[in-house]
Amino acid sequence: MTNKIAQDWRLKGQRYRLEGEECPHCKVKIFPPRDICPECKQPAKEPYRLSGRGEVYTFSTVHTPPAGFEDYVPYTVALVKLEEGPMITAQLTDVAPEDVSIGMPVEMVTRRMRTQGDEGTIIYGYKFRPLLHSVSN
Amino acid sequence: MRDVAIIGIGQAPVGEHWGIGIREMALEAALEALRDANVEHIDALYVGNMVSGEVTGQEHLGALLADALALNPVEAMKVEAACASGAAAVRVGAMAVASGMVDLALVVGVEKMTETLGGDTTSALAMAADAEYEVSQGVSFVALNALLMQRYMYEYGWQRRDFANFVINAHKNALTNPMAMFHQRVDADRYATCATISDPVGLLDASPVCDGAAAVILAPVQYARTLSPAPIRIRASAAATAPIAVHDRKDPLALQAARDSVAKAYRQAGITPGDIDFFELHDAFTIMSALSLEASGFAERGQGVRLALDGDITLEGRIPVTTMGGLKARGHPVGATGIYQIVEAVLQLRGLAGPNQVAGARLGMTQNIGGSGATIITHILEAME
Ligand SMILES: [Zn+2]
Repeated sequence: MTNKIAQDWRLKGQRYRLEGEECPHCKVKIFPPRDICPECKQPAKEPYRLSGRGEVYTFSTVHTPPAGFEDYVPYTVALVKLEEGPMITAQLTDVAPEDVSIGMPVEMVTRRMRTQGDEGTIIYGYKFRPLLHSVSN
Repeated sequence: MRDVAIIGIGQAPVGEHWGIGIREMALEAALEALRDANVEHIDALYVGNMVSGEVTGQEHLGALLADALALNPVEAMKVEAACASGAAAVRVGAMAVASGMVDLALVVGVEKMTETLGGDTTSALAMAADAEYEVSQGVSFVALNALLMQRYMYEYGWQRRDFANFVINAHKNALTNPMAMFHQRVDADRYATCATISDPVGLLDASPVCDGAAAVILAPVQYARTLSPAPIRIRASAAATAPIAVHDRKDPLALQAARDSVAKAYRQAGITPGDIDFFELHDAFTIMSALSLEASGFAERGQGVRLALDGDITLEGRIPVTTMGGLKARGHPVGATGIYQIVEAVLQLRGLAGPNQVAGARLGMTQNIGGSGATIITHILEAME
């Protein structure tokens, strides 16, 4: 996978803080930001930061990865339904693949996504881990 | 608008062809189609292809093939819509002929996927998904289908083994298709015990990485009869889109773009699903076969797998699918796949499908899916009286 430094820098608000948007017309929460409300099709540029809590909608453990992720197999990817409504694609972390189930409560954490050799950048981003009980109380 | 017919077809054998380049492979299919249609001159060339730039380092395929076929100065261009590039190119050709701006169009689908190591091809194919919000997370194209399959099994209570007949049927039909990549049977046991790629998707749920090329010649129906002894009418050509990322779809298992393109196609043709004699669906993964059958009106939500279990999808069944082996066993040379589907449908409608012939086939449907369901293109073809 090629180095896309500008892209990684540009997406820092989304990758580190789950910065999305709220539609000023119908109040739908939007992530990733797309500036047009997917519900009412009106302009929607109000910044809105998502809580990072949600539940697993579906998941898969990857054994044959795309280029750039060879060092991390097996890893588990999921669609996480965020409590504000949007769905997000992300890796799960701090959990064994056999312990993952649909409906499992999870929360966002910041983790290293991948490295690009000794000279390349180290990419950080969001992953989701099982919700800690201390946080849920 | 003019009605459009297919007056010539050509296809190259699907496989791992390290000894043949993208130009030679496309040439083989295109020359056969020109021979089949018995024409030497065409007005336009459209090329369906997805990853030539990334995998072969060659773009500008329109000019490349116009030159290779000695057709200069014919107008030519590449059409790209991920794995639906083939059907997209046919649709562009059909629109050109229907409009009256082009009389004879040559449409070639070609893909060389074996030029690089596996990981690079996997990454090139992943470009059909959302680069910033899917691929960046380490999600391969296989994983996206695995996410859908896992949720489907959870919602409707199926096991992985319930999908086996999609694979068994495809491999059985490919046995007697000389153009197919695989000529070996698969049984339920082998399906059950194959290696896992991205849980629950196993090696035998997925179509293979391979090379291939296929071509059709399009002409207005009004001239088709004078040019061809057995022209095939395009009764419907319909494309639709859905959000590119699976996570942005309201109902990821609905395959909404299939519902929308199929509804348009049935309306154009003035028919219902019950009128279709066979269906070349996009079995890139077993889950896609189930979702496509449901979205196209052949099964209720969650019941597409039932058609496979009950034997409805065989050549003698209620709705035969993948009659020449499908993506699974004929092979899935991405940008060529949609045109292989149409070439095979033409063989069925000409009554020339040999041991794979669906008895009395008059109306056939093909469906080509781009990405994990963001572009879906449906064609309905009919034998002309
Ligand atoms: Zn809105």
